Amino acid sequence: MAAKSNKSGSDSASAKSATTREGSAREIVKTLDHFDAPKPATFGKDDEVRAYRDMLLIRRFEEKAGQLYGMGFIGGFCHLYIGQEAVVVGMQMAMKEGDEVVTGYRDHGHMLATGMEARGVMAELTGRRSGYSKGKGGSMHMFSKEKKFFGGHGIVGAQVPIGTGLAFSNVYNKTDAIAITYFGDGAANQGQVYESFNMASLWKLPVVYVIENNRYAMGTSVSRASAETNFAHRGLSFKIPGFQVDGMDVRAVKAAGDLAAEHCRSGEGPIILEMMTYRYRGHSMSDPAKYRTRDEVQKMRSESDPIEQVKKRLTEDHGMSEDEVKAIDKEVRDIVADAADFAQNDPEPDASELWTDIYAEDIPQAAE
Amino acid sequence: MPTEILMPALSPTMEEGTLAKWVKKVGDAVAPGDVIAEIETDKATMEVEAVDEGTIGKILVDEGSEGVKVNAPIAILLAEGEDESAMENGAESKSRGAPASAAEDTSATRETDEKQSSKAEASSGGNAVDDMSARRVPAEGKTHPDPDDPEGDLAQEIPEGTEMVSVTVREALRDAMAEEMRRDERVFVMGEEVAEYQGAYKITQGLLDEFGARRVVDTPITEHGFAGLGVGAAFGGLKPIVEFMTFNFAMQAIDQIINSAAKTLYMAGGQMGCPIVFRGPNGAAARVAAQHSQDYAAWYSHVPGLKVVQPYTAADYKGLLKSAIRDPNPVIFLENEILYGHSFEIPKLDDWTVPIGKARIHRKGKDVTIVSFGIGMTYAVKAAEELAKDGIDAEVIDLRTIRPMDLPTVIRSVKKTNRCVTVEEGFPQSSVGAHIASEIMAQAFDYLDAPVLKVAGKDVPMPYAANLEKLALPSVKDVIDAVKAVTYRD
Ligand SMILES: Cc1ncc(C[n+]2csc(CCOP(=O)(O)OP(=O)(O)O)c2C)c(N)n1
Ligand SMILES: [Mg+2]
Repeated sequence: MAAKSNKSGSDSASAKSATTREGSAREIVKTLDHFDAPKPATFGKDDEVRAYRDMLLIRRFEEKAGQLYGMGFIGGFCHLYIGQEAVVVGMQMAMKEGDEVVTGYRDHGHMLATGMEARGVMAELTGRRSGYSKGKGGSMHMFSKEKKFFGGHGIVGAQVPIGTGLAFSNVYNKTDAIAITYFGDGAANQGQVYESFNMASLWKLPVVYVIENNRYAMGTSVSRASAETNFAHRGLSFKIPGFQVDGMDVRAVKAAGDLAAEHCRSGEGPIILEMMTYRYRGHSMSDPAKYRTRDEVQKMRSESDPIEQVKKRLTEDHGMSEDEVKAIDKEVRDIVADAADFAQNDPEPDASELWTDIYAEDIPQAAE
Repeated sequence: MPTEILMPALSPTMEEGTLAKWVKKVGDAVAPGDVIAEIETDKATMEVEAVDEGTIGKILVDEGSEGVKVNAPIAILLAEGEDESAMENGAESKSRGAPASAAEDTSATRETDEKQSSKAEASSGGNAVDDMSARRVPAEGKTHPDPDDPEGDLAQEIPEGTEMVSVTVREALRDAMAEEMRRDERVFVMGEEVAEYQGAYKITQGLLDEFGARRVVDTPITEHGFAGLGVGAAFGGLKPIVEFMTFNFAMQAIDQIINSAAKTLYMAGGQMGCPIVFRGPNGAAARVAAQHSQDYAAWYSHVPGLKVVQPYTAADYKGLLKSAIRDPNPVIFLENEILYGHSFEIPKLDDWTVPIGKARIHRKGKDVTIVSFGIGMTYAVKAAEELAKDGIDAEVIDLRTIRPMDLPTVIRSVKKTNRCVTVEEGFPQSSVGAHIASEIMAQAFDYLDAPVLKVAGKDVPMPYAANLEKLALPSVKDVIDAVKAVTYRD
């Protein structure tokens, strides 16, 4: 009987709940209103120079990695970050010493941004002994405890609970560090992302979820894989605020990062930053890239390039001469050339390394 | 100085390719990022971009040339201000040679490997081959019961006089799916990049065109979700083929595979089961490191309710995939990226199927039985050829199906040869070989003249470095060493 009466009333009830649902969804958005993307940060000349140099380092490094791959020095999968440089550099400018970073396999830029050495990263790409993982991890799996870079993960989405756990440890240890957790638009559809969102919000964990929306997951455009294409709204049902950021403008990223960091550090819990960005190269080295036109790529490169934007401001607004800019270019080229040279000549790991690092050997007998 | 433009490597497994088209010609100026040529690999056609600035001085490899090796010079690039005369003194090679390991020969790396073996044993149980000398058993003085059928079951699967055609494993898989989809409306294929992209490894190439988006379904990256959805669709009367881009990503979905797909028939008292195929490349490819290089044969073979297939030849890939799709149970179909491009002779028949659960005797022999499956067969077959030169006549059994395992064929062979070596790429502990060894001990103990030895991947996560990766994988030499150990020929 009860079931029947429910059913008879269901039409009007569902119509009603549809409107209330819409209303309440709007209400949630409204409570998040103050999280509209902030205005781009104002950069002085020093900030612009730093942003320019750091982004250019990533770009030149990645171009070199692409060449070394073609020459057979780098093997396996190699995912280049070219086009997305403003995201990690802007976020890094908003971070404090002690904040953690974790990301997926498109990770070279993140590592350079945290200050990891170009030589060590490149030597890992060539699988040599001076690489950050002694040559055992490769492009997708690299770590630096010192720089608080927690990988480098090859499994799409796996880094999201891990970043959430780093934030958990920050609360547990009562530090004010925050965990910057990067993942792609494709990764954003993995279930563990939402399991993480729930825990992070429930326990108010200081984690910044940075979704790098570069429009494609391999050959799948966002709209072919995602019902809700506004990833900033993906946290709504977990009460996690979020907003979209111009990920090609390093100042916009910096401002968003500042706001997110403040939100997390003040104990408000997680936040989502959807970075609207673009990758110029194929998904990995073996991507025939038939899913987009050359024109689309060319248009992004010529109209929105993150590095060109800064360069223009440096020369037009900050009075830097061509020569001064060229001096930075040269410094960066030298670092990359040195790293590439080092990475080609460094020996491979000793064969004995095959059997090391499987288990930690020192077993502490008492709590330190 | 002019520079050579070299044939680039465009994928982890690429060794050569076809120079399909020159986009630039002699005399054209190129800037970094300009497309200069199109190259066809076994997977795709790719554009090659210029790395340096300059003018094309000479084209060394004509368009249409096939089998151009990676790193072979394909053109000469003149720098600013140079003309053709600059090429007279040769060009500088852009490549300073492949990584050191590529040149290293196996014997050198094996030496270091052996030095490590005692350490391996201490830390992780080691590889059985390494401990062999410590447990020598007498070779003489044993009498064996007579084997039931010394020839084994060599029933011909291919009818006499059938025309054979050369087909790659990749084509065999696609043809198997296409034929079954034509045959049965309920069959559909689902996975990441299977439709519009034509498959990350091009296994589903052309299927979208023929069968449309209703039956060739691109999914989001959400393995646990779509594996479970496939199980539900099977409950609903469909016959899903769920492609995992690689089986490494099926770990995201393993709960649905085991708890929902494998156990339902039993939990439902036989009322309803789950006819589904989970397929995709399994095991190590080339240099893709620990998270992308795992062999799951032993994992899935542990689970009652699952059938587990891991073929080697194209004929078996095709025949077994068709059988898997028709099977009323969940079938784990483990492929191998490196084998995708290998060609084999396959029977030209309208409906070629191979039964699940039957091993195939790949090579008849009398001195030792080598049991393997999947890519492990490449080591086993080569080792058998080498051993023949030394007068050791090995019988090679390709298991093809890991579960249910055709133990009778293995046992029959071991009763004849009295010795057995198993070969697989997976980790040694609780491996497929370990199971075979225990069954042989239980069923043919009195026939054994030596302990069963297993050759497996080393007991370490897969390293990235080229030299270490080579050491981590089994080798032909490992198989030869193991065979020599069990036949007491050093
Ligand atoms: C669990 C899992 N499934 C599939 C893959 C294969 N894969 C690697 S990257 C990728 C696309 C991811 O796209 P996105 O998250 O948008 O990141 P982007 O590559 O654009 O940086 C896929 C499908 C994987 N590595 N892990
Ligand atoms: Mg993406």
